[in-house]
Amino acid sequence: MLNMKNVSKVYRTDTVETHALREFSLTVEEGEFVSVTGPSGSGKTTFLNIAGLLEDMTGGTYELDGRDISKLNDRERSRVRNEKIGFIFQSFNLIPELNVFDNVDVPLRYRGFDAADRKRRIDEAIEMVGLASRMKHFPAQLSGGQQQRVAIARALAGEPRFLLADEPTGNLDSQMADSVLNLLTEINDAGTTIIMVTHELSLADRAKLNIFVRDGQVSDSAPELHLATMAAG
Amino acid sequence: MFRYYLKLGFLSIRANPLLSTLMVAAIAIGIGACMTIVTVRHVMSGNPIEHKNDVLYHVQVDNWNPDDAYQDPDLPPEQMTYMDARALHDAGRAFRQTTSFMSARVIQPEGEDARPFQQESRATTADFFPMFDVPFLYGAGWDRSADETEERVIVIGRELNEKLFGGEDSVGRTLRLNDETYRVTGVMDTWNPVPKFYDLNNNPYDEPAQLFFPFSVAVAGSFDNTGNTSCWKPVEEGAGREGFLASECIWIQMWVELQSPDEKQAYMSFLDAYVEEQKLLGRFPRPLNNRLNNPAEWMEDRDVVDDDVNVLLGMAVLFLVVCLLNTIGLLLAKATRRARDTSLRRALGASRAELFRQHIIEAGMIGVAGGLLGIAMTWLGLRGIENVFIEYDFIEHLVRMDWSMVMLAVVLAILSALCAALYPTWRTCNITPATQLRLQ
Repeated sequence: MLNMKNVSKVYRTDTVETHALREFSLTVEEGEFVSVTGPSGSGKTTFLNIAGLLEDMTGGTYELDGRDISKLNDRERSRVRNEKIGFIFQSFNLIPELNVFDNVDVPLRYRGFDAADRKRRIDEAIEMVGLASRMKHFPAQLSGGQQQRVAIARALAGEPRFLLADEPTGNLDSQMADSVLNLLTEINDAGTTIIMVTHELSLADRAKLNIFVRDGQVSDSAPELHLATMAAG
Repeated sequence: MFRYYLKLGFLSIRANPLLSTLMVAAIAIGIGACMTIVTVRHVMSGNPIEHKNDVLYHVQVDNWNPDDAYQDPDLPPEQMTYMDARALHDAGRAFRQTTSFMSARVIQPEGEDARPFQQESRATTADFFPMFDVPFLYGAGWDRSADETEERVIVIGRELNEKLFGGEDSVGRTLRLNDETYRVTGVMDTWNPVPKFYDLNNNPYDEPAQLFFPFSVAVAGSFDNTGNTSCWKPVEEGAGREGFLASECIWIQMWVELQSPDEKQAYMSFLDAYVEEQKLLGRFPRPLNNRLNNPAEWMEDRDVVDDDVNVLLGMAVLFLVVCLLNTIGLLLAKATRRARDTSLRRALGASRAELFRQHIIEAGMIGVAGGLLGIAMTWLGLRGIENVFIEYDFIEHLVRMDWSMVMLAVVLAILSALCAALYPTWRTCNITPATQLRLQ
């Protein structure tokens, strides 16, 4: 499903070159729940941005569902983001001027669904995250956990093939974090592939495959948390 | 999606009230300044008889001084001598033709208490009214036979009819002018062509006369010409009125109506032949230089729009540009504020083109608001001009804002806002989404 080979990312200024990723290779199969851990500055978020087509890579190849991403133009990349990928951010990234319903509606608008189809999908997604009674609430009227649930509903409404989560529980207390993580596990059990970047090893432990990134490379990969990962923690 | 973009635009404007208000104000002030001058220029340069532009022609023949052209570069006089006007008119070679000059008469109203008053007027011929589509409230102009028989007939304006006859149908009633009795054949409805194309020599922005009588009557009665008179040869001393009529002094305006290019060509040949004939009699010492200008050409030829107005227009456009530069700055500030929203929409699947449309539509909404406020600013600007030049009667005709100007203000505001939005929108759409989302 997701196949990166020797992907590199270099940030250049006039005087400095920073290698965020070097020869980064990773394959993720359909239905997997992958956690990505590693020290700060190791390249986890850069990997996630490239995987989510939010950033261009400097070198290497990246195939998503068999399509070479480097050959897509802006419109096609936007289409892939919209149809195949759902994003969950640490700080939720809801649009403050829009209520819950309209926030979930945003990706569906760009998908071109008609009004009835959009409404059905929004209702189902919000129902699934348990916020049916909060449809008309604005983000500022919700708790952090509720906001993250709205973000998950937004990511799921378009039925993407995989979710990219960047520290999805980073701004939540442990109880809310647990609740969100349970939700992600349910979603994965239903067949959606999840890639989650996290600092917290206890959360990474819930994933089926753990990736440890160091100096812009995958340094370890195992079904359970490995010693190297533990050591880094 | 258009309605969705409108909704997003509205929400964005509401979420950034200060920046949005400043942008609307910047556009409105620029549009107001620009449209104030554009409106004045539009009225000054308008063609009130555009629908007959290809059939009406102002006639010019060059009887001027052989050593000194009437006006550089080699332009013939804009008016005509009595001899030429009479000869060309009486030849009747055009479908319609009219000669006219400004005059004044003393009206002696009926009733013991009524006081006589002087009335600005115009001596002209029967064709004047149908040629220039003069609207009538009652009756009509006189017919050609009245010109030939020097009949004492008049056409009066609506205002004068109100003053003298209380607005009633006065056709057939009589009026005393300088101790002579005239019969009213028609009452004009409101008619105020701006500029007064048929006589640009005497303030083109003055209102038309309220009193018209036959040219032949005015000549026979030696009515004074109150318009411009220019002579390049002195009138023979002691020759009196006859000497003036036989002189090379120009004081009459002449127009013809020609219904096709062939008729125009034929009339031009006729003019050339006439001048060649006059040359044999010792007149017209300059080279052949006859002109037939349609109203638009004639107004351009006469520089109806003052150069100062064009300079002011240039300055107003520059001012609008400065306002737009400010708007660009404000839009850039707004784009910076909204970078996260834009990046998020990119992450959720919006293409650059879709974001471009969203932001351009929002800019269009700012433009519409700026345009509407700009119309109010324009109205204020025009009232300001009216107050500054209040001592000039004609100024009220130059500060009228018609629907075309209202529409132009809105369209110009929208275009201005869209132009101002191009660069900020382009920058916004080219943000790498990850850079903004990573900061969260």
